[in-house]
Amino acid sequence: MDQVLGNIDLLFQFPVVNVKILMDGLMIGALFAVAAYGLALVWGVMNVKNLAQGDFVIAGGYVSWWLAQKGLPPLLGVPIAFIVLWGVGWVLYKLVISRVIGRDLFTSLLATFGIAIMIAQILNLIFGSDTQSIKLPYDTLYFFDGFVDVPIAKLIGVIMAATLATGVVVFMKKSRMGQAIRATAQDPRAARVMGIDTEKVYAFTFSLNSAICGAAGAIIVMVWLIQPFYGITYSIRSFVIVTAAGLGNLPGVIAAGLGIGALEQYGAHIFGIGYQQAVAVLLLLLVLLVRLAQQRRNRQVLQ
Amino acid sequence: MNKTLLYGILIAGTIIAPFILPDYRTQLATMWLMIIVALTWDMTGGQMGYNSLGNIFFYGTGMYVAAVVGISLAYNVADYTNAAGGGIYKFTDGQYFGGIFLGSIAAGLFCAACAVIIGWITFGLRGPYFAIGTLGVAIAAGELVSNWDWVGGGQGIALPVYPGDFNIGKIFFYFLFAGLGCAVFIFVKWLYSTRFGAAMNAIRDDEEKAEAMGIHTLRYKLIAWAMAAFFVGIAGAISAFQLIHFEPLETAYQTINLGIFMVVCVLLGGKGTLWGPVIGAIMFHVFKEVTWNYLLGWQWVALGALIVVTVVYFQDGVMGWLMLKRPEWFGMKVEQKTASAEAVK
Repeated sequence: MDQVLGNIDLLFQFPVVNVKILMDGLMIGALFAVAAYGLALVWGVMNVKNLAQGDFVIAGGYVSWWLAQKGLPPLLGVPIAFIVLWGVGWVLYKLVISRVIGRDLFTSLLATFGIAIMIAQILNLIFGSDTQSIKLPYDTLYFFDGFVDVPIAKLIGVIMAATLATGVVVFMKKSRMGQAIRATAQDPRAARVMGIDTEKVYAFTFSLNSAICGAAGAIIVMVWLIQPFYGITYSIRSFVIVTAAGLGNLPGVIAAGLGIGALEQYGAHIFGIGYQQAVAVLLLLLVLLVRLAQQRRNRQVLQ
Repeated sequence: MNKTLLYGILIAGTIIAPFILPDYRTQLATMWLMIIVALTWDMTGGQMGYNSLGNIFFYGTGMYVAAVVGISLAYNVADYTNAAGGGIYKFTDGQYFGGIFLGSIAAGLFCAACAVIIGWITFGLRGPYFAIGTLGVAIAAGELVSNWDWVGGGQGIALPVYPGDFNIGKIFFYFLFAGLGCAVFIFVKWLYSTRFGAAMNAIRDDEEKAEAMGIHTLRYKLIAWAMAAFFVGIAGAISAFQLIHFEPLETAYQTINLGIFMVVCVLLGGKGTLWGPVIGAIMFHVFKEVTWNYLLGWQWVALGALIVVTVVYFQDGVMGWLMLKRPEWFGMKVEQKTASAEAVK
């Protein structure tokens, strides 16, 4: 308890520490937001709650890490992870997800939980259970007399995440397929009547989601650590963000992603690094409770 | 007549099983554990339509409560966990068995209380939100306990071994699990025949309508989950003493192992039926143990695949399949085509 109070005290005595925590939190939060956007996409278009979201992220990270071990430039890992995970997502869609759409929500939740276990265990068997990361050969920038260090690798990660997100958003707005996806999300039956092959749209959406996650994972492995069993925390973070922001609310997803990144870093600073995962999960419960309180209020209005 | 014979054979089989299969005593005890958690999961999942992914929380909490109660009968808990099972602490027979007995009761009551508190918060959540919320509770509990040094932190707790013969100890734990399993089965069989069971099914079928008919749904949901938590807590308490050593993330709050297995057991056997969870738990456990050694490290992948296949292709389970093929076994009459044709006229 004294340690916790001391850590809080530190934040007020040295305001610069806040800057460092915020910078770290916002950088990692940008990646959470990307993965959460993929979840919101699948959730909104085909009403599938994907609990394997985080494992796609980790799988993408391992693809990139493995390529870097083989001597490829690490930045090339991002597009390759995108393509590889696109294929994984397409196969999973054809084998499992296509048979889950339209059934009760618990079915999709459990089926994707099964997929999550499989991916985590396969990664564990192939790559072992050690934490891995890629060290990029770039300098670190220092601000505030060296109190705040920003590795250039992290900046590159943030820029790539922003590029990825912008690319996906522009694609959804402008392209023919993006329009078809949005039409299917609004009303699948009407979309079918209008000649849209919704089956193709679903397959495309799910593959796109897992590809986005894979690319996000390839960025994460450059700025943070990955481990086969870290996936579930990323899934839960994605759920927190989507539940907090609501579906189809892109600014909300970005804001919630950045906010969760920052809150987690603060939690880790105040309570110790061992509590970081716990903070992520407790945030989920908090968000669910706030949503619940809002619903209760709505219900009273209806009465 | 037929039923009496069936139950007689089952009870006799339960009693002689550990003696005719001496090598599988621990396996059989684990099978009973699976039956207990599957039956209790089905109380809320199958009968009431609230699919919890966090029932494992009660298992882990039961373990810890029982261990703390059992230790504190004899020693200071902080000193004991600091020594990390260094072996300097001795338990008398009275302290050991008293610890199991009081620990089990305390674990059951504490878990029931936890279920009421957590349920009061989470039962407002519907469908997938409830599942994710309860999963979050279980994961958060595991992470928090693994940072709590008073109960041993990430190292876990080492409990005393069974005083006396090693084999007698195995039989002792087998009968504890078997007794609890039979008690749970008799309890749910009785429960589903009461008005309470009917109200649970009403909540599953249409919660708004049930509320409109005057059923206080939240109260029913809380009581049902508290009963399930009570039994899971006791099962966790017995497991704690059976396993001797346990730690928070992999044993106590094992979200991806037992926490998901119990759901798969129920789905395999047939959701919302009395015998489904029992059949499913036995099938799942036998499948798991038979294939375990031949898969050479790929067993977890195979289990994940089993979950996916069960959920996607075989969700009605054995009982659902039987009901479709042999409705007369369940006392259902199949309407003749002519009768329905007349009704149309």
